Amino acid sequence: MAGRESLYSELHRIPLEINNYNEMKFIKNFFEKTEPLVQKGAKYHWLFSTHEGFFTLFFVQKDTAKSGSHIHDFIDLKRTMGMVVLALVPVILFGMYNVGFQHFKAIGELQSTGFFELFFYGLLKVIPVIAVSYIVGLGIEFIFAQKRGHGIHEGFLVSGILIPMVMPIETPLWMIAVATAFAVIIGKEVFGGTGMNIWNPALIARAFLFFAYPAQMSGNSVWVALKDGDKVIDAFSGATPMAEAAAGNTNFSIADAFFGFIPGSIGETSTLAILIGAVILIVTGIGSWKIMVSTVAGGAVMGIILNIFAANPYMELPFWHHLIIGGFAFGAVFMATDPVSAAQTETGKWIYGFLIGILAILIRVINPAYPEGMMLAILLMNTFAPLIDYYVVEANIKKRLKRVKTSA
Amino acid sequence: MSETIKLRKGLNIKIKGSAKEELKTLSTPLTIALKPTDFLGLTPKLKVKADAIVKAGDALFYDKYHPEILFTSPVGGKVISINRGERRRILEVVIESDEKAGSVEFVKSNPDSLSGEEIKEQLLKSGLWPFIKKRPYGIIAVPDEKPISIYISTFDTAPLAPNYSFMLESELDTFQTGVNALAKLTDGKVKLGVNNSSVFSAVKNVEINTFAGPHPAGNVGIQIHHTAPLNKGDVVWTVNVQDVIFIGRLFETGKVDFTKIVALTGSEVENPQYFKTILGAPISTFIDGNLKTTDYKQRIISGNVLTGTKVEPGGFLGFYDSQISVIPEGDDYEFMGWALPGIDKFSASKTFLSKLFPKKEYVLNANLHGGERAFVLSGQYEKLVPMDILPVHLLKAILVNDIDKMEQLGIYEVIEEDFALCEYACTSKIKVQNILRNGINTMIKELG
Repeated sequence: MAGRESLYSELHRIPLEINNYNEMKFIKNFFEKTEPLVQKGAKYHWLFSTHEGFFTLFFVQKDTAKSGSHIHDFIDLKRTMGMVVLALVPVILFGMYNVGFQHFKAIGELQSTGFFELFFYGLLKVIPVIAVSYIVGLGIEFIFAQKRGHGIHEGFLVSGILIPMVMPIETPLWMIAVATAFAVIIGKEVFGGTGMNIWNPALIARAFLFFAYPAQMSGNSVWVALKDGDKVIDAFSGATPMAEAAAGNTNFSIADAFFGFIPGSIGETSTLAILIGAVILIVTGIGSWKIMVSTVAGGAVMGIILNIFAANPYMELPFWHHLIIGGFAFGAVFMATDPVSAAQTETGKWIYGFLIGILAILIRVINPAYPEGMMLAILLMNTFAPLIDYYVVEANIKKRLKRVKTSA
Repeated sequence: MSETIKLRKGLNIKIKGSAKEELKTLSTPLTIALKPTDFLGLTPKLKVKADAIVKAGDALFYDKYHPEILFTSPVGGKVISINRGERRRILEVVIESDEKAGSVEFVKSNPDSLSGEEIKEQLLKSGLWPFIKKRPYGIIAVPDEKPISIYISTFDTAPLAPNYSFMLESELDTFQTGVNALAKLTDGKVKLGVNNSSVFSAVKNVEINTFAGPHPAGNVGIQIHHTAPLNKGDVVWTVNVQDVIFIGRLFETGKVDFTKIVALTGSEVENPQYFKTILGAPISTFIDGNLKTTDYKQRIISGNVLTGTKVEPGGFLGFYDSQISVIPEGDDYEFMGWALPGIDKFSASKTFLSKLFPKKEYVLNANLHGGERAFVLSGQYEKLVPMDILPVHLLKAILVNDIDKMEQLGIYEVIEEDFALCEYACTSKIKVQNILRNGINTMIKELG
């Protein structure tokens, strides 16, 4: 315990908590002064939600409990979403690096290019995608919040980074913009906003592009950043291991796939980076470990079944390779666990995750038209999550009714 | 003794300011008040006017719909004011105490020699009936209902809760008398919920159930759920442990004696400790000179920080409360508060550094720490309610006013205190206790 004590006092010496925010007073003063200007009927009333959004971003408000519990947890939706973004940081950083890595590998200059050059190449490629996603998505969110007369809800903080992560790097920015707008409006706001949506908004964005612009979302030419005039080496194919496997070539390096040095959507390639994210989500309790575990279990079980009935090289692919290639790991950790679109009951989460795993591998291997089954599996189970919950709730009700009968 | 029922779900909130086991006796305060607002759903009808002289045990007001339920004065003296709020709602009946006014004489008799009806009548006349509450709903018991059993939880697990074993050890005999009286009111048993090392394990004429686990293990609702869960149509009664003493004294002395022990707790209290005083005592008798001098606002709560009622320094102790909590109001902005590591931010979640120091106690204020949102996270409430109930689904049924679903999902088994931790821990800052009470009120209105 002595160690804990000294750690506690050590931490206190680091000025992490800005209790005395005198330096920050001018920001607070600005927001407080402008507050009356954005109220209903005031000159800038159309900026109400925007003002509220930024004010609450900088300052946790001074509102205190009016009824019920007098104390409230320090956690709020901003911190919750912040934790998910934090868990995504390894994925984002590696994604940037890998964009550079794949580019220079394709043009045969990998040996002669330094680490930072690779990273900055990727950084410059990925930043615009992220920026477009956030600007379009938040813009629409601000408009809807204003129309509804409430503050900005934080859901898009995560969706806004998930969308770029599931896109091929060569997706045109205008497509990202259209897909984001579609996801936010049709995927979320028509249902009532954050907390009300049926499907995972980021996957809605991806599914939209997948069906509307299949040429830009699949094939072998979209996963590696190349401009016209780039000379690619002879051995370059640009295909993802999954596409290779679907074509019957299962000889890709599983180590490369695990560490992420393979072509693929920006954030999905490195299983290692995703695992770091998973650890952060599980340790903080933000992501449901039940969903992650059951999804992986479902994928493994389906993989084993396919191995048993193996009729072609793809079905022979060792089941655990499936968990590493494509979007399976990313989907299991960051997409399936979206608390709003997942099953809400604890028992339901096991069933929900397991079926995602089963379906993802089944679609991936059996249906040649859809090389990536994860997206469709999650969206499908999002659709059925309320049904799963319905049966779990019914079971609870039946138990209660049975009690009456036995006691009577 | 029966096996210990171990509960895993729940949370002990690590908050600073628990009371030292020291008892200070206060002299009878000058003024005392009874607050009709302490009784959920009560429509009070006054029996006295301002300036009337009353004895201890004289009725001050009664229940409009159950005129036999009286609310009596804890002391003899003069009614000095009847404070009203909006629409002339009665908020406080204030008595100026005067020992010369005396007490009303009731029957002094061993409860064993009385019938259930006689005991009921005595409790109604003396104003002790309101201490008996009913489940479902957590409102004052209806005298002509037949309870399956009567539950008493002898320990409290809420934040900074008083230790009843310490408070009532010297009055166990009186407690026994009270229990004997209650036992006559039911065909079933009086059921005592105790924790380990409880002095109440020695009580006779009861069924004893031992519970272990974090808050809300001490809530009587949780204890009912784990011994004989309530079904539709079932009624049980509950009595707070200290209030059983009042009943015991009534039969032992023939007089009402509302002397009680109250714990003054919270991080804003200089010396948190226990006080012997009387029901309805003014808050000022506890806090004057006992609070820290600060340049920020403080919040005084009659009761605990999860379910208590906010009171002003000039206010009075609540009817059912054995605890006063004082915490910082926290009505200030915090720069980037949501993003900071949070060494000193106790949380039910695991997203703050405070998680590394599970033994520390923290100063917690009344700030909401965030804006209200729709339900986003799942699984959060379930970890805090040690019952076979789906809290979020029940709350959603209430929000859409689906009476059948409310019933099916177990609304009869819970009251606000059982879900209070959910409200505390909620990421979306949903007003859980308000919603639940609205649902209960709907049930009362629709089904009676």
